[in-house]
Amino acid sequence: MTDALQPLAPRAPAMGAADPAGNEARPSLGALWQALDAVPDPEVPAVSVVELGILRGVEWDAIDPLLLVVTVTPTYSGCPATELIMTSIREAVVALGVARVRIETRLAPAWTTDWMTTEARRKLRDFGIAPPGAVPTPSAVDVAGISPLRRAGAAVACPRCGSKQTQLVSQFGSTACKAHFRCLACLEPFDYFKPH
Amino acid sequence: MGRMTRDEQLFEYLLHLGDSPLILAQRLGEWVGRGPVLEEDIAQTNVGLDLLGQARLWLSYAGEVEARCRRPGRDEDALAFLRESGQFRNLLLVEQPNGSFADTTARQFLFDAWHLLLLRALAKSGDATIAGIAAKAAKEAAYHVERSGDWVIRLGDGTEDSHAKMQAAIDDLWTYTGEMFTPDAIEPPLIEAGIAADVRSLAAPWRQHVDAVFATATLKAPDATFMQQGGKRGVHTEHLGHLLAQMQVLQRSHPGARW
Repeated sequence: MTDALQPLAPRAPAMGAADPAGNEARPSLGALWQALDAVPDPEVPAVSVVELGILRGVEWDAIDPLLLVVTVTPTYSGCPATELIMTSIREAVVALGVARVRIETRLAPAWTTDWMTTEARRKLRDFGIAPPGAVPTPSAVDVAGISPLRRAGAAVACPRCGSKQTQLVSQFGSTACKAHFRCLACLEPFDYFKPH
Repeated sequence: MGRMTRDEQLFEYLLHLGDSPLILAQRLGEWVGRGPVLEEDIAQTNVGLDLLGQARLWLSYAGEVEARCRRPGRDEDALAFLRESGQFRNLLLVEQPNGSFADTTARQFLFDAWHLLLLRALAKSGDATIAGIAAKAAKEAAYHVERSGDWVIRLGDGTEDSHAKMQAAIDDLWTYTGEMFTPDAIEPPLIEAGIAADVRSLAAPWRQHVDAVFATATLKAPDATFMQQGGKRGVHTEHLGHLLAQMQVLQRSHPGARW
């Protein structure tokens, strides 16, 4: 599963050369990560694809020095934002002067909310979304062990008033990655980013 | 079947893994905008989206394996939209009509409990791609079975009317559950090779979970023992053809159409 982009110019610039906008053909990896950290998740714009842990690698191809290989681990299988995220990633690196980019999808290890940075969790809370708790280890399949959300949900704090007097309304909120809760203290509804 | 190569067996097995979530996703799609309450309309649609995403991964891999053994190999779209009902390998359970919300919930719960166990078993597959897809999908299925189990309890232990509808739904669908634990002819060699999951080993834990939820829900597992078979070898109930007519109409009427 790769997604190759045709060069923007008829001929790719030589190494070290600058395009008419003054961009290097091989911007530093640091500059690339910085640019990608500005790409928001379209459904949770408060956090970037880097902070979410979706972006797993950025490196130059071993054979083609002007080909940038970006490795991405998508969140949920059916997440409708995935294709837009891929497009935004491509646009972000092309804007820095990268001539060719290939986006690779890596499925294993599967994406987990444990990859989310502390900064991302703070931003989520400020945005009004309760950040995910630690991912429970799957235990034996019984009624209790099969329910990651019910076990984690006991400690979900309201992102508005901080109360832990909260209640699960539905396992799925505005998107597959969030559950719908309500706060019994301030009575506000809110989304909880599910541990995954 | 004895003449099939390993890749040919794997291709058929991957169709089975992909077709069940695909067909169930299509059924759940029929509920969009018609859920009993807004939250459940959204939740059910999200479950359908997860299943559709999983089906895409399985069918894309099926196409890659097909290319290794014959012809050019089809992509996920060709496999989903251009096969006839006799070529689909999904469980009979998932093609059953939506019926009432109780019927849909019973179908979902019986499937979800099996699906999670299957995916957790497949996460240990010797085939790295199968293991990767399954490990990812299992995390999603854990939320599905929690939700559908909650609804079985809520309706079963609800009003007299909701209890009666939930029990009737389970009684109607029970005959389609045996197939989930019966390996098809292509499965034994793949099980032996450590690639496929041995579904016979899932029966006991599945029943344990179903019984526990039913007990809380004041529902009863039917005594009936006759089980319908055939989905995995392409012998379907009358409902699949009608479902495919709707799902495939665009590609059949406008071959190759894209947007």
